[in-house]
Amino acid sequence: MVGYLVVLLLVLAAAAYWIGRTRAIASVNGDVARLHSLPGQHGMFLALFAAGPALLAIVLWSLVTPGIESSIIADRFSSELSGMGVPQVEAFIRDARAMAFGGLVGFADPAKEAAAAVYKSIHTTSTWIIWAVALVLSASGFYWAYSRIAQAYRARHVVERVLRAFLIACSVVAILTTIGIVLSLIFESLRFFQQVPFYKFLFGTHWSPQSAFTGAGTEAGAVNQDIFGMVPLFAGTLLITFIAMLVAAPIGLMAAIYLSDYASKSVRAIAKPVLEILAGIPTVVYGFFAALTVAPYFRGIGESLGLNVASESALAAGVVMGIMIIPFVSSLSDDVINAVPQSLRDGSAGLGATKSETIRKVVLPAALPGIVSAMLLAVSRAIGETMIVVMAAGLAANLTANPLEAVTTVTVQIVTLLVGDQEFDSAKTLAAFALGLVLFCITLTLNIVALRVVQKYREQYD
Amino acid sequence: MTNAISSFGAVGRPVSIHTDDAAKVRLKGRYRTETWFKWLGAAAVALAGLFLVLLLSTIVTQAIPALRQNYLTLPIDLSAAKVDPAKLDAANYDAIAQEALTAKFPDVTSRQDKRLLRGLISTGTGVFLRKDIAADPGMLGGTVDYAVPLDDFADLYLKGLLADVGSDEAISTSVTPSETSGDIDLTFGDDAMLTLARGHGATEGENGMLTLTSGASSLLVAFNGGTVKLTALSPGASGTAVAKGTVIEALDSTAPAASGQAFLRVIDTPEASRKISDKMIVWLDTLKSAGLIESRFNSIFFFTGASREPELAGVWGAVVGSFLTMIVTLAIAFPIGVSAAIYLEEFAPKNRLTTIIEVNINNLAAVPSIVFGLLGLAVFLNFFGMPRSAPVVGGMVLALMTLPIIIIASRASLRAVPPSIREAALGIGASKVQTVFHHVLPLAMPGIMTGTILGMAHALGETAPLLMIGMVAFIVDIPGGFTDPATILPVQIFMWADFPEAGFQQKTSAAILILLVFLVIMNAIAVILRRRFERRW
Repeated sequence: MVGYLVVLLLVLAAAAYWIGRTRAIASVNGDVARLHSLPGQHGMFLALFAAGPALLAIVLWSLVTPGIESSIIADRFSSELSGMGVPQVEAFIRDARAMAFGGLVGFADPAKEAAAAVYKSIHTTSTWIIWAVALVLSASGFYWAYSRIAQAYRARHVVERVLRAFLIACSVVAILTTIGIVLSLIFESLRFFQQVPFYKFLFGTHWSPQSAFTGAGTEAGAVNQDIFGMVPLFAGTLLITFIAMLVAAPIGLMAAIYLSDYASKSVRAIAKPVLEILAGIPTVVYGFFAALTVAPYFRGIGESLGLNVASESALAAGVVMGIMIIPFVSSLSDDVINAVPQSLRDGSAGLGATKSETIRKVVLPAALPGIVSAMLLAVSRAIGETMIVVMAAGLAANLTANPLEAVTTVTVQIVTLLVGDQEFDSAKTLAAFALGLVLFCITLTLNIVALRVVQKYREQYD
Repeated sequence: MTNAISSFGAVGRPVSIHTDDAAKVRLKGRYRTETWFKWLGAAAVALAGLFLVLLLSTIVTQAIPALRQNYLTLPIDLSAAKVDPAKLDAANYDAIAQEALTAKFPDVTSRQDKRLLRGLISTGTGVFLRKDIAADPGMLGGTVDYAVPLDDFADLYLKGLLADVGSDEAISTSVTPSETSGDIDLTFGDDAMLTLARGHGATEGENGMLTLTSGASSLLVAFNGGTVKLTALSPGASGTAVAKGTVIEALDSTAPAASGQAFLRVIDTPEASRKISDKMIVWLDTLKSAGLIESRFNSIFFFTGASREPELAGVWGAVVGSFLTMIVTLAIAFPIGVSAAIYLEEFAPKNRLTTIIEVNINNLAAVPSIVFGLLGLAVFLNFFGMPRSAPVVGGMVLALMTLPIIIIASRASLRAVPPSIREAALGIGASKVQTVFHHVLPLAMPGIMTGTILGMAHALGETAPLLMIGMVAFIVDIPGGFTDPATILPVQIFMWADFPEAGFQQKTSAAILILLVFLVIMNAIAVILRRRFERRW
């Protein structure tokens, strides 16, 4: 229903634009040059006031009402809900809402049906209210703005100020996203740390949250705090990242050097797109490749050498992740190497150095801060990478440095804890947010350090 | 360096530290290092290319079989006794199709064998049949030839992906059966068969008895219009061989087949290590040689939703889900991203707030994608109570993720517009807003579009954040709107990759191929836009 309201308001805005324009032209008897603002700007002005406040009200309404409606339901049916835990109440309200809007629910009971009826009536009322509010706002905005349109009225200033406010609001979205990320991670992590002390989480060496509870169902006992130790996850992440960098760093760097200093134009014309395609392949494809081709291949090689390679070995996941990062490393290094001025190369060549000597003794040292920064960014990327490890690395936390064994990573655990049905207050689910916070902090620190390295140690040429 | 010019060389020129023999060796070493270094670089590039070729060729070779599906044409009895035209939904279409199949093999009598036989055609046959009859009621009233999709194992076998099957070879001796059906004895005119069985993993027993267990290759002998599977062989009198065998297809007679009249087929993959039994293979080969099986373009895969049965699973639901999600992402990320870029590049004063925003955007671009999924879960689903698995939420999460990419690309593009354009517009009296929206933005648009398309391509392949907001659910229906439960192509790939059935491995590759085709198209559009419209100032 509200969809129709929005469409109606948009139609009204279009009409208001036309009316405002016509009125502005009429106010100067067609001599447009006498207007302070262009007729179109008067039209925009009228349209903004006719539809803007009403649309804002609708946005506000759609953000606020679901919460209010749920709390009214929870209030009315407090006797039915008294014995239930938070997840059951949430499920009850969700089902009532689904039934009210004609959806299907797993099992309906009279209480739910009654709640659905109440829900429907509340929702109908609130929809009527928003219709009324929006139409009143629209009409009064139109009336006020219409009465302002005159020859000397500065419609342009108003329109441009509103536009500027909109532009600022859009740029603030980026900040809001960051705040949203930080707040949601911290908030849920704090709830987790109320149940599990953070030192046990950060320094514990045992991770098996699937057995978090001593009891079952509603009789679940206290959380076993000793099974939320993230050290094995962290070790696994580092092991896979290390293998990935072992593949990506030399290949990526050498490829960048070759492409910037040695390759002929035709080679570059082929090699650059190859690296771009490699960078554009979705990670889920790499994951499939790792799980179905590379891992069995490594396992086969291991068997023929008499080694016991796990079918979800860290090696397979790490190598494929390394392949994924090659283009990242090479494109960042390429930029940095190209930024070293030609005069340095010419000077070195003038002293009789060969090309490789120039690169190793002049170009690379000059580009070192940038290369270090690129590597740090690559590490950050590898730590945060999810799909490859979800598909190709193991699930069981395993504290080992042997790349042939299966290890698990922070991202894998976030996915396994959160995919599927979850109870939103169990320590198990909240642990995923704590892991997310750790992940966010690590990648953020790496990015900042990478930035600082460049800023601090970069040589300024020219 | 004066002391270096201490002696004279053979030619009479002064020899210095730069030209003496040691120097020559040194120089040679330096050039060798140079060559090495160069080749190392070339090898790195070649290795990256090799990885790409390996990745793509693996996926393409696996995907190609999934683009076709084998259909079996059966005479289906749709007379009024089977299907009441007034009550189309009441008929058991699966049973009708299965009867048509079993009628082709009258000698299959045991319950177990009948079940195996019925398993050759897809469990979705009834659904297809009902739909086609509803669309064309003219089919009713008699027997029609109707093509039903084969089950995934049968389909994979016919594509040659389940078992290594050798071609039929004529047996150069006579074969005499003892009976026409059941467990029978076969007498071969010579003992060549014994050597052959030994070479194919037969177990050696007492008195030269050879047993072919399910761990050995299957040896099938076809003659007299039937097929016999050999189970054991032993040397017979005067250089002959006697074999025990089970008749899979009844023989016409017990007459001996002359040399060259019987054919041997060896299935190298042992029965125990393949998903299709010897009987099914024989039936399928019979149907195939009768010309009843044809391979068609796999329309099921392209135009249906997900399913647990590999032969019925399609990507259309996921493609629609991806499309809906991308619309939401574009609708949110493009206006907000471009607006933010315009503000930061054209209007923002240099103050603390704008610096914070800029640092922020750069950091946001480097946040792992899964963290955006956590944000979507905590904020959109739990705080605002939005529906799980819905394209609208997925689109919002991806929009937040794509936003930094679009902002950075748009800013670069706006920055590339020379100041002279702005000055000229301001000079003839345009306001700042008019300057930007009438002159700068249109000139920057190709670059902004390119950046947006690349950002969207990135979002299209993204999987992890969408797992967090429940888009990993098993959804059979094609989503019809932005709030319907849906899944998207990369998540579908992820789910299929986890299914153990062999048929899904091909489907996964084919789905990847579709995803890659979409990505290639998007990138091609971006490249064309860049080539055609981008101006160098």
